[in-house]
Amino acid sequence: MKPALLIVVASILFLSACGGGSGQPASPTKVSAYIQNKGSDTIVNLALAWAERYQSEHPDISISVTGGGSGTGIAALINGTVDIANASRAMTADEIKQAKANGVTPVEFVISRDAIAVVVNPENSVRRLTLQQISDIYSGKINNWTGVGGEDRPIVRLSRETNSGTHVYFLQTVIRLGDSKNTTLFSTDTLLLPSSEGIINEVRQNPNAIGYDGLGYIPPDLTNSVIAVARDASGPYVVPSIATVNDNSYPVARDLYMYTAGEPSGAIKDYLNWILSPEAQTIVAKLGFVPVK
Amino acid sequence: MDKSLNWRETIITAVVKTCGYSAVVFVILIFFFLLREGLPALVEVKLGDLLTTRWYPIENHFGILPLLTGSLVVTAGAMLIAIPFGIGTAVFLSEIAPRWMREVLKPLVELLGGLPSVVLGFLGILLLSPFLRVFLDLPTGLTALAGALLLGGIAIPTTVSIAEDALDSVPQSYREGALAMGATKWQTIWRVTLPAARSGVLTALMLGIGRTIGETMAVMMVTGNAPVMAIKLTSIFSPVRTMTATIAAEMGEVANGSTHYHVLFLIGLVLFLISLAVNITASSVIFKSRKRAERVLS
Repeated sequence: MKPALLIVVASILFLSACGGGSGQPASPTKVSAYIQNKGSDTIVNLALAWAERYQSEHPDISISVTGGGSGTGIAALINGTVDIANASRAMTADEIKQAKANGVTPVEFVISRDAIAVVVNPENSVRRLTLQQISDIYSGKINNWTGVGGEDRPIVRLSRETNSGTHVYFLQTVIRLGDSKNTTLFSTDTLLLPSSEGIINEVRQNPNAIGYDGLGYIPPDLTNSVIAVARDASGPYVVPSIATVNDNSYPVARDLYMYTAGEPSGAIKDYLNWILSPEAQTIVAKLGFVPVK
Repeated sequence: MDKSLNWRETIITAVVKTCGYSAVVFVILIFFFLLREGLPALVEVKLGDLLTTRWYPIENHFGILPLLTGSLVVTAGAMLIAIPFGIGTAVFLSEIAPRWMREVLKPLVELLGGLPSVVLGFLGILLLSPFLRVFLDLPTGLTALAGALLLGGIAIPTTVSIAEDALDSVPQSYREGALAMGATKWQTIWRVTLPAARSGVLTALMLGIGRTIGETMAVMMVTGNAPVMAIKLTSIFSPVRTMTATIAAEMGEVANGSTHYHVLFLIGLVLFLISLAVNITASSVIFKSRKRAERVLS
């Protein structure tokens, strides 16, 4: 259903771009370039926001954005049907080989980063956890805050719904510790809340709660109770921030990518340069992602 | 003139008939749509897997038992609140309150019924669930109880409004007769007025239950949506995931025609069958009680 919606949104963008300056229908702007952008659902809102802004500044460029998932975008790039593929993971060696066999040399751009912050109620004394401890909490092995050095309170686990990309990323990177053979699941009594606001609100008022969300969704009153995360018990405990995400010290962060077929040129090159510009990167921060340096 | 009157009659009759039949046709069409989209789930997922206790659709765990028990616990809790409060309020408005008070209170109760459930959901998240957590010393206030209280609140206006109408239409002579026989006010209400209005009161409760089991938004906001089996006595104090909330939360992102999509429709079908069973039970009770009354009278 979502891809269908995106196609509709994208076509509206396309049509409005074709229509040119809406104030002067008598002199339609000539579209000089047409960019196809497809892939990751995580990035799709960001990509749409960028496309919208860019087209309003450059009425002669038309950008069509669709979702479908990172794999879909990469497959389309390999087949030569898109100009830019969005991916919330790097291309695998296999995919790069396939692309080369098809005469396409993928070029990678890190267009933004995404950190997941783990947050507790300000009354909770726990401020640092290892990845293993967070995994044990969410899989149901640790059920009381005493298990991680806190007060004697039950742990209430909060998560986004299963359809959220953040949920899946958290499952793979934190609960399964990045091990693809690990089949640990969320404990069944994890509260699945339909919105970021639901998680923030429950963390704010419930001293038993632990939640996770994109760094951009953490409100100012909870920034002091964001958990510092360590890769293992010996490692440094790091609080997520734009700086710690960029120097790779915060472990629950990932790059978000765009791929082009070969070195970009012309309108595509201009668009990617603009995406890495400060103006486009402020949109990144607004949508809750971490801008690249 | 006669002719034009006939002509008009024919058209009006046809329009009214179409309206009447279309309601039935729509229900049947919806039912077949649910069957068409939901039944493939039974082929794609083994019945044994559907009847397990793990709901985690993105890894192909399609156990619907936690959702079923979740819905039942919340609905039962809501009815335990809505039945006594709803009938009590209706009795008070119709039998005890002075006329002027009824004129003021009844529209107010009906106004409550017009509150969008999402607004009640907000109140539930911001006020009710923190209160429940502190007051009952629970790990979290996002529980089946919070859902049941909100749903009770949502069902009460419907129940009160219809039950009060039914009580109000009981002829005054019944009450006068009872009082003349020396019955107290309470005896008149409990033994005469309520039984006389039974079918209307049952309809009111039935619509209340219908409203409750189908309610989605408020429930999704306050019950925590954790797919645990709600079969213990204490389940009312723990988070649950209802069938409606599951459909609402997951339908938006599911791939058309996938197994997950079909299972969600199957859940919709189960919900439909439950409402149908409630309605049939209620109307057969009403039907039976009427027959007996008619037998006695003849």
